[in-house]
Amino acid sequence: MSIAIRHISKQFGAFKALDDVSIDIPSGELVALLGPSGCGKTTLLRIIAGLDFADQGQILLEGDDASARHVRDRQVGFVFQHYALFRHMTIADNVAFGLRVKPRRERLADAEIQRRVKRLLELVQLDWLANRYPSQLSGGQRQRIALARALAVEPKVLLLDEPFGALDAKVRKELRRWLRQLHDEIHVTSVFVTHDQEEALEVSDRVVVINKGKVEQIGTPESVYDHPATPFVANFLGSVNLFHGRVEDGHLHLGEHALALGAQGGSEGKAVAFVRPHEFDIVPGWGAGGGLPATIARVVSVGPSAQIELSRLDGELIEVTVARDVFHLLGFSEGDQVSLCPRHIRVFQAEALAA
Amino acid sequence: MASLRRFSPLPGFGLAMGYTLVYLALIVIIPLTAVGTKTLTMGWDAFWAAVSSPRVVASYQLSFGASLLAAAINVVFGLIFAWVLVRYHFPGRGLIDSLVDLPFALPTAVAGIALATIYSENGPIGKVLEPRGIEIAYTPNGVLLALVFIGLPFVVRTVQPVLADLEKEVEEAAAGLGASGWQTFCRIILPHIAPALLTGFAMAFARAVGEYGSVIFIAGNMPMVSEITPLLIITKLEQYDYAGATAVASVMLIFSFLLLLIINGLQGWMQNRHAKGS
Repeated sequence: MSIAIRHISKQFGAFKALDDVSIDIPSGELVALLGPSGCGKTTLLRIIAGLDFADQGQILLEGDDASARHVRDRQVGFVFQHYALFRHMTIADNVAFGLRVKPRRERLADAEIQRRVKRLLELVQLDWLANRYPSQLSGGQRQRIALARALAVEPKVLLLDEPFGALDAKVRKELRRWLRQLHDEIHVTSVFVTHDQEEALEVSDRVVVINKGKVEQIGTPESVYDHPATPFVANFLGSVNLFHGRVEDGHLHLGEHALALGAQGGSEGKAVAFVRPHEFDIVPGWGAGGGLPATIARVVSVGPSAQIELSRLDGELIEVTVARDVFHLLGFSEGDQVSLCPRHIRVFQAEALAA
Repeated sequence: MASLRRFSPLPGFGLAMGYTLVYLALIVIIPLTAVGTKTLTMGWDAFWAAVSSPRVVASYQLSFGASLLAAAINVVFGLIFAWVLVRYHFPGRGLIDSLVDLPFALPTAVAGIALATIYSENGPIGKVLEPRGIEIAYTPNGVLLALVFIGLPFVVRTVQPVLADLEKEVEEAAAGLGASGWQTFCRIILPHIAPALLTGFAMAFARAVGEYGSVIFIAGNMPMVSEITPLLIITKLEQYDYAGATAVASVMLIFSFLLLLIINGLQGWMQNRHAKGS
């Protein structure tokens, strides 16, 4: 079922949680709502679910206006950050709940309910826990049960609110891969909220970046990462080095130094520029290749890549990542004087950052 | 025993248990045993005559019947009370919250006199009810009213924290799965608070059975009609019939103990089931 979010606004007292948000989510897609905490993403998810109601705007489910419909009648499955399992019920009863509360006419026979519960528990690979209670499960298992419970009523839309937020890093990684696989199996339109950019980029078909109640950018993970539309998106997705300077005749002027912007150029005037740590080439010696002069301050060479911290002449720190074997080939050590040549610079007008 | 020792945060199981037993003996068991030994000074026939006279039996019925009913009424209204205090924020909420405890703090005689004044035929409420055929003061209804009054805080105070502990999300999850408000209440909220409700019920009941001060002012104390067992015990004491008084007291004690044992057992069973899930 497709979801259309049309001009949704929501205010809590003087605080504008959502400000004229419009998003189209085609049927079968897995979409991430990504943003810092307090940006309104959870509020938006709750409004789609019918757990909250917007001050203005509409929610269309499969083209029908569902704005006034109660959560009971929206056919959405909702997964909470803290699972919200029913503590006094077994796992099987938790999953069966949605099937058992249906009006008598629509309710399935008990045997059929049990068969369905078994199939769902197999789907989340936890059928051996059917007779346990939620407290006897780990966080990751609880969240999978919460998902099975939501799927039991065959929702047309699955909404997940920070589904992996309460789990530790390793389980989180496993579960998000698993969620992606599950989605590829059942293809139910899904929206999940996260503040973890890595999670959003890894799992989703499309990412909606939200900041201060407004949509900053919508696109595939590659497009929002490689072509951020705003300074906020550039800053929020992955680590970046931020430069303040001026653009004049095709060059970015940073203090006494100027970097050529090449074909992309940039509008003249005060500017902010972003360069990701892995988008630098390191050349020995100051002033080499038109790069930015810097001194290697610290090297952390653990894992597949080496993290190098350099200080510019004015003392500002720059973070650079290179493959570890490349770093060893270059043979740098702490205290060396080098030049940094960015392969890619994203330039925005300075006013845009303030907005 | 070994496992108890291993995980005890208190300074030693032996010492803590020793204090517990000495305390229990001094405060509870020895005084209650005195009731038993005094009773034993009577012969069986005298005992049976003392505890089974029609007037005494009528008082048992009133005391236990009214106490159970009052506790049941308090379960219903205490739950509503707790619900309002936990779920809604409104001006004056703090005031209402502290008013709930007033029956704890008030001398029970004051409560009895106040209730009797208001509900008697000349009182502001009694004046309205009396012509409609509803008599409260100086009838068994008055006993019930006083027992409801003193029992209210028990249910509210036991249910309130448990209800506050139930996350809003759990109810939202139930609604999202298609449950109606009533289904959510019966299948999610009620099982969650049932052990606390039962505790509140047991405490309100125990308090009501032993209540004396507030009841005697509003009951009218007519033998066979509105005379509670504690009053009967006092009456016997005033007539220097100590053995008779302790005989009635010991029967009351056994009844109360059995009832509380059953309620505790039921609650333990629920808690056990619940503990697995919490």
